[in-house]
Amino acid sequence: MANSSVKEIAAEQDLPQSTLETLVPQVEVQRVIKPAPPRFRNELAKYIIRRSDACKLCGKCAEVCPRGVHVLKGGYKYFAAPRQNVCIGPSCKDSGHYCIDHCPNGALKMVENPMMKVLGDYRWTSDLILATWKMAESGAPPAPEYGYQYECGNSGGGFDRLRFKFPARPPVELSPDEIDTSLELNRRGDGRPQIRIGVPWYGGGMSFGSVSNVTQLSKARAAVAFNTFTCTGEGGYMERMRPYDEHTITQVATGLFGVREETIQRVRIVEFKYAQGAKPGLGGHLLADKVTPAVARMRETVTGISLFSPFPFHSVYSIEDHKKHMDWIKHVNRRTLVSAKVSTPADVDMVAVGSYSAGAHIVHMDGGYGGTGAAPDIAKKNIAMPIEYAIVKVHDFLTREGVRDKVTLMASGGLRNAHDIAKAIALGADGVVVGTGELIALGCVRCARCESGRGCPRGIATTDPELQNQFNMEWGSQRIINLYNAWRIELVDILRRLGLRSVRELRGRSDLLMHLDYTNDGGEAR
Amino acid sequence: MPDKYHIKTRPVPPRRPRIGRCGVVDWREDCAGCHNCVKRACVFDRYREEANYIRDMREMDALFFQCMGCFSCVQQCTKGLLSLSLNPVYERLGNSYWTPQVIETTWAQAETARIPVSGAGYRGPFSGAGFDSMWTDMSEIVRPTRDGIHGREYISTAVDIGRKPALLSFENGAPLNNLPPLVDIPIPMIIDMMPQGYRLPNLLPIFKVVAERTGTIAIVDFNDWNLLGNELEQYLPGLAAYLSPSSVVPYPSMLKKMRLVEVADGEGLEQRIAGLKDANPSIVAAVRIDLDARGVERSIELAGKPYIEALHLAADASGNELNAENPRFIKDMLRQAHTALVRRGIRNEVTLIASGGIALAEHMAKQIICGADLVSVNLPLLIALECTMCRQCNDGQACRAGICEIDTDYGVGRMVNLIAAWHDQLIEVMGAMGIRDVRRLRGEAGRALFYEELEEASFGKLFGKRNSS
Repeated sequence: MANSSVKEIAAEQDLPQSTLETLVPQVEVQRVIKPAPPRFRNELAKYIIRRSDACKLCGKCAEVCPRGVHVLKGGYKYFAAPRQNVCIGPSCKDSGHYCIDHCPNGALKMVENPMMKVLGDYRWTSDLILATWKMAESGAPPAPEYGYQYECGNSGGGFDRLRFKFPARPPVELSPDEIDTSLELNRRGDGRPQIRIGVPWYGGGMSFGSVSNVTQLSKARAAVAFNTFTCTGEGGYMERMRPYDEHTITQVATGLFGVREETIQRVRIVEFKYAQGAKPGLGGHLLADKVTPAVARMRETVTGISLFSPFPFHSVYSIEDHKKHMDWIKHVNRRTLVSAKVSTPADVDMVAVGSYSAGAHIVHMDGGYGGTGAAPDIAKKNIAMPIEYAIVKVHDFLTREGVRDKVTLMASGGLRNAHDIAKAIALGADGVVVGTGELIALGCVRCARCESGRGCPRGIATTDPELQNQFNMEWGSQRIINLYNAWRIELVDILRRLGLRSVRELRGRSDLLMHLDYTNDGGEAR
Repeated sequence: MPDKYHIKTRPVPPRRPRIGRCGVVDWREDCAGCHNCVKRACVFDRYREEANYIRDMREMDALFFQCMGCFSCVQQCTKGLLSLSLNPVYERLGNSYWTPQVIETTWAQAETARIPVSGAGYRGPFSGAGFDSMWTDMSEIVRPTRDGIHGREYISTAVDIGRKPALLSFENGAPLNNLPPLVDIPIPMIIDMMPQGYRLPNLLPIFKVVAERTGTIAIVDFNDWNLLGNELEQYLPGLAAYLSPSSVVPYPSMLKKMRLVEVADGEGLEQRIAGLKDANPSIVAAVRIDLDARGVERSIELAGKPYIEALHLAADASGNELNAENPRFIKDMLRQAHTALVRRGIRNEVTLIASGGIALAEHMAKQIICGADLVSVNLPLLIALECTMCRQCNDGQACRAGICEIDTDYGVGRMVNLIAAWHDQLIEVMGAMGIRDVRRLRGEAGRALFYEELEEASFGKLFGKRNSS
């Protein structure tokens, strides 16, 4: 199939009239970075300031603070609650702006916020969550003064123990705009579109039902702004997603819910979901309560009846069957790329090479610690390997098989920030798929209650009409656009410090990494 | 088709105030008394529940800690008066092995009998000691399942305890009638004796009923047999007497009704087993071996003896080698024993029962992958009764969780729920692996992923040797 002479085909030549009629003008979203302030009244902060009644309202604190933590509004007698989320804590002492020391009456006190013990976990530490919020707010990496340890989490393994070996000075001096972060997704040379995404990541699949409309659309708009993709997940193609067809991946999963010829024909990438990292080897189960009339219509099922997505595809027993699936999609839509989303079993290398041979353009591996809307705890923790191992294994195997440059390898499952993205690429992935990071940007605190009762109390992963009105699409899109921008700035900075002109040059450069638990004396010859 | 194994469950609410991970600290002072107070908007309606709880409260020291930790009220209170805090009581639960998370999830399963499900990705450390240093494998496109595509209801969790001959002998076309006895139980888990210090007398009558309800077997020290209560007749198939070297032997009439008996390792093992077999030839005798420095060796040695059918390898409560300075973990010791028996071609001559450190359903699956045929469980069943592992009972003091006063219905309900939830989780793992029969899960180390091996294969290759620390 490689180098076949199929020409790129225009939609009008290819699609049946019934599908063409459903196509709508595509929405443009500019990549504009503007502040998207946090949506809650009391933003969580690393440090809290208490004002005692010794305060004489002299206003000195407001005067010394360059960040506007202390607010005495005109016409008000007392200070408003301090804006703790812009306070940088004791590191302020270095610049002589430490309000606590300046207060003539000793009325101010600063303590580390004890709530930080409740926020976050081993993988997403509270610092990482706060830093992600800052990025989503401002569109840039958080200022170093905040002192957030956000380059990695605290899980004690994998990405959290990997570091880049940055040279003291970059081998080549490059300016940020010389550095290219784009990624080609079709390397088969089969005449299908040469899709290039502007950043080496795209959004992971989250179905309508698992997240709200607003969340899905916010993700889609950010994908448009950064010329990348978002994924519908299993559960149908919402009419509202139609203006984002060009940047949407539609998923064909084992339940085939909401999959129609028309949905496959309208997109540029179709993803086969064989398994999901958080619950590998298990099917999906949408509880009866969540099958609302809207969800049922979308999935072409009956309201109030639980829906099972089985595992595995009951028509796929082998790579040959897999190829049959791919060919089916490729026939229905001759302009689309095909991605195979697989999990990470012991023989993930065979799975990857098999997917490639069956005709996949993209092999998307979802590691064992990946995100989910609901999964058995026993599966999240115990089944299949973490993505770090899988990337190394598959990159190595595909290289030895001589097909590494014919397929795009996307990794996901616990990638939280630009550093994880860069590490994954240095280990051997071409790009990554992100999910949880976007939700954090929208205000997720990882309380893990996505599935219970009315759904997400933060209004992100819910279809409850009241809860999902907590934020609107403009704000949501801006938060994700800002986050993407901050990630891109960081990624470019990593590349610059390493002296690499493009993110593609970083792929497989594990020699640029070190592992804190190893001797790092070269290992085997590369 | 024969009846499917199904454990009947019903919700059994806790007797005592729940101990959750976090709670809201509420500085009522300075409250503006807003009409649309954030407390009304709690998605989980916890504030109303808290108010009801306080109204009906019986114990003053029990605070309300059932907050789900979503921060919504904290972040939206007009005056910023609310904050979240970890529950200090929760943090003090258990110990380094029986962590608060283990206890919390066990309580939830004992209450609902459901598989714990949550949203968002895994939150814990990358890996850890003991059972946390391995992952189970799954099936994927190139090999969708080992046993063909099937639904959960076709997965069998039944195991046999006893000797399985490698071949059948025939005479005149008919099999020789010398097949050794087998005990067939529907779940690869039996109920172990409680460790010393946790032997609350009123547990035994509960175990007896739980074993009968779930079809499994409870091991009971024959010295404590009188605590089981009267009219044992119907429960005997679900009870296995543990006989210490000095213990008297049960009456033959009693042995005849039992399926399994457990004998402590020691002098005159062969004669003691022969004595039991004389009373009931179809009884299976397991030998209990303490996993100390010689435990594995001793197991391998005994497994070769013709009179041994089953071995029960017991580590300490946290799964560690007994009396060792740098103890090995039970999964590694079992793997060693299993592998040695496979090499000698006698693995099926003996059934291996493993106990110690089995705290979660995943441990049952992982222990079987590491070579046990089935596991023997004790402390989780106690935790199911709202034990907090405070160890006060170890010192002979009264149980703080009031387990000495529970009624049988509650105890049986909670334990049966836990066993049902474990059974379902085992099926989840086996379903993911594409394995249809738990007997085939045994020793399937090729379908598991071990931390050390993965590290070596990926990072070792790239980054040299692992620092020894």
